[in-house]
Amino acid sequence: MKLEEKEMSELKYRALKVREHIIRMSTNGGCFTGASLSCADLILLLYSRILNNGNSNFSDPNRDYLFLSKGHDVPALYGTFAELGIIEPERLKNHLKTNDDIYWHPNTRIRGVEFHSGSLGHLLSVAMGVAYDINLTGTSNKVFVILGDGELNEGSVWEALQVAAALELSNLVIIVDRNEFQANIETEKLIPLEPLEEKFSAFGLDVRRVNGHDFDAMNNIFTKLPFNDKKPSAVIADTIRGKGLPSIERRADRWFCNFSDDEVKQLINELNGGNAAGLVSETLIVR
Amino acid sequence: MNYESLLKDLVSADDRFIIMTAENRAAIRNLPEKIGNKFIDTGITEQTMIGMAAGLALRGRIPVTHALASFLTMRAFEFIRTDVGIPALPVKLVGGVAGLLSEANGPTHQAIEDISIMRGIPNVNIFAPADEEDMLIGLKDVLISDKPFYIRYNNLKSALNHSTKFEIGKAETVNYGDDVAILTYGTLLRQSYEAMMILESKGISVRLLNMRTLKPLDEEAVINAAIECSLVVIIEDHFVTGGLFSAAAEILLKNGINANVMSIGLESWFKPALLQDVLKYEQFTGPDIASRIASKHEETSDRIKIKSLI
Repeated sequence: MKLEEKEMSELKYRALKVREHIIRMSTNGGCFTGASLSCADLILLLYSRILNNGNSNFSDPNRDYLFLSKGHDVPALYGTFAELGIIEPERLKNHLKTNDDIYWHPNTRIRGVEFHSGSLGHLLSVAMGVAYDINLTGTSNKVFVILGDGELNEGSVWEALQVAAALELSNLVIIVDRNEFQANIETEKLIPLEPLEEKFSAFGLDVRRVNGHDFDAMNNIFTKLPFNDKKPSAVIADTIRGKGLPSIERRADRWFCNFSDDEVKQLINELNGGNAAGLVSETLIVR
Repeated sequence: MNYESLLKDLVSADDRFIIMTAENRAAIRNLPEKIGNKFIDTGITEQTMIGMAAGLALRGRIPVTHALASFLTMRAFEFIRTDVGIPALPVKLVGGVAGLLSEANGPTHQAIEDISIMRGIPNVNIFAPADEEDMLIGLKDVLISDKPFYIRYNNLKSALNHSTKFEIGKAETVNYGDDVAILTYGTLLRQSYEAMMILESKGISVRLLNMRTLKPLDEEAVINAAIECSLVVIIEDHFVTGGLFSAAAEILLKNGINANVMSIGLESWFKPALLQDVLKYEQFTGPDIASRIASKHEETSDRIKIKSLI
């Protein structure tokens, strides 16, 4: 099912705004810019069109759940929350300030965050607990969990996948933000992940692969959930780290960024079609 | 009534309970057929089990998880700390064969730092019953509590008749006395009791406390023992670092109380063997403990006498 033109232009406009939020959080201490830009479209689409969360009622037990296991991409989540009215956009100005709780990883003091994360390889199993309980309760809501591709180094992910398949959690949707980078280096140069579809299939998942920046393609796939009524669904979203900003796209050294105010201005200009920003700030090594 | 039937009754009576195991079914062998999908065996996956338990607890359930204590508390440590401890979810962690109960398994299976690492996590409480009867007396209160709890599973035959009502954070006073106070928990209550009988027969009056919950710990009982008795002996099948000895020391230090304290615990991994032989080898039998305490007591009372002469 193709998105209507109006919906598409709205998504594109909001995606731009989410990316602006991410860039604005990439200063005065900074954030995980590259890893947030890669999954911004994915997160925006899920909250805008796919998740059935009853007008953002996060206490409704019948809502769809989304868990962000790669917690360092939280600027994309908060940017989306701000654009969709789940949190006040003004609040993002409190990024890293002690008067609020908007820090480098998600936490449940922020409305809409289902569970805190930061330590990789945790939320797949937490999501499975929720999915199991939904089955026990007998309702039809779904549980989405977004993993990073670097996160797939963690053994706890593969341990949990086997259990998810054994428990036939068909209401579970495992999404990988496949931006081809982990913190400092390309995944394939460190611990090669491919062939990822085959690996996931062998672990008992029903797998689809999609361009994680193509709203139509993603919408098409996510509206077909569950892919299988006996298996968990998996979506490998091929993305570009730093997407939207050619000056930092696919750059190993633009994972965590702390730009100057001037660089932020230039990047927002670049995002909106202007010239590439001239970046001089060094990337912090935090891992 | 045993552990398994208590769980079964709890699951039938209270819809919130889910029984989980990382393929350790020793204590819950007959539950799957009785409770159906309220029983989840995740296989040999302590981390996944704890993560799932956190997810279930988010939905309002009380998951009671099972694994051998060393793997539960150490393999899954970060999951307990991060997914259960930080949000204070009411997940129950039941560790099998803790302390000396791993018998001949060897050091891989010796959970003798479990108390130390579990009590280091904010929000996580600890119940370490002395035997099956003691465990069943306290189990319901602990399981129904809205706090995370680590339970040092213990199904040994009763060491003695437990007549004291259970209360979280309250020790059971097995015997009143004011020469020597013995503070203990878990398996070694039986040997401590035997030691107490020997010491009393020699005219040394012994206060014997079964601490039951190590967190929250009965602070008042610790303080009173230190003030009212001339020697406080802490006996535990745990490393001397981080267990009851450390917890009691923290309380005394915090309250500025000076006391003669003796620790009988493990300095390193114990000799793997059947329980009775471990007790002998590691000098944890009743007579061993009694003679260690008697000589310390003599030393201490000599010192007190000298002090009073000066």
